[in-house]
Amino acid sequence: MTENIIKVGMADLKHTLHPGILTTLGLGSCVGIALYDTKTKIIGLAHIMLPWSEQTKNNANKAKFADTGIELLIDNMVASGARKNSIVAKLAGGAQMFSFSSASDMLRVGERNVKATKEVLVKMHIPIISEDTGGNHGRTIEFYSTDGRLMIRTIGHGVNYI
Amino acid sequence: MEASSLTSYHLDILKEIGNIGAGNAATALAKLIDKKVDMKVPQVRIMGFSEISDVLGGAETPVVGVLLGIHGDISGYILFLLEEKAAHILVNLLMGKKADDEFEYNEISLSALKEVGNILTGSYLSSLSILTNLSIVSGVPDIAIDMAGAILSVPAIEFATTADVVLYIETEFAEGDKSVIGDFFLVPDSASYIKLLKTLGAMC
Repeated sequence: MTENIIKVGMADLKHTLHPGILTTLGLGSCVGIALYDTKTKIIGLAHIMLPWSEQTKNNANKAKFADTGIELLIDNMVASGARKNSIVAKLAGGAQMFSFSSASDMLRVGERNVKATKEVLVKMHIPIISEDTGGNHGRTIEFYSTDGRLMIRTIGHGVNYI
Repeated sequence: MEASSLTSYHLDILKEIGNIGAGNAATALAKLIDKKVDMKVPQVRIMGFSEISDVLGGAETPVVGVLLGIHGDISGYILFLLEEKAAHILVNLLMGKKADDEFEYNEISLSALKEVGNILTGSYLSSLSILTNLSIVSGVPDIAIDMAGAILSVPAIEFATTADVVLYIETEFAEGDKSVIGDFFLVPDSASYIKLLKTLGAMC
């Protein structure tokens, strides 16, 4: 069966009606925010790079930030028929790829991305049902509309479903 | 100031610096492995985020990344990226083995890779420093082996705060019939980026 696989790039977001698969490759410090409407099976995926849009002058691309990205993704999903009160979230990414003993604020952006994502989701009353975040390794993810499963593939840390 | 204000003049100078830097890097590499090393004219490009994952064969390609902080007149960092296969060849040659010999990650090979990254980025940075008359000092190298996309997210995120593009220099080194592609990503912080453009602009 050929399914509808949609690729989400860096600083990008997409959603699809059921049946569909959304994927994003090589998440490092970026966070993949997977939203699933349990009623309509509409799924959405955002690949954000930075936590807050107001901390950056260059913020025209809403998909780049946790705050504006999540908001836009929910709006798009609702416009396609999803119901906000039945949307749940799964998170992946937010790694620290380099150890750098004197890690500057910017190099710890993975951690800050995850924190901001959670704060935004809590504020929007979207429950986070599972996550695979942090660590120091990259992740490729695939998100299935059939059952809302999120597959996480890594180099050296195996394949995992959350 | 955004990266879009980087003109073709800037780009030409960066290309020339990349060229000289890569030449120095090739000489340094030749000394390290005690073999003649040729290099091709480096590609200097400004890329969008969407293209970044196509570097070195795709976002999931296993690569070795060596990251060094830079400080002095400009600050930020520089990332040197090698395809995993190429990294193995380099380290084997460095150890006096044959290019295709078996390879394993251990303290010695990781340290050798860090040193290769250190020397190659050092060659590039010293050309940049001499030509721009800016003092540039690099810090301790740090290494990561993982998916290209994941490692590249580090410079991409830094650039994301100033612009939607990344400055990218691709260099191809060749020894005999073996060629190795190494990618440099120069990531100045936003203040340094403006300073660098101004300095380059004054050279036009």
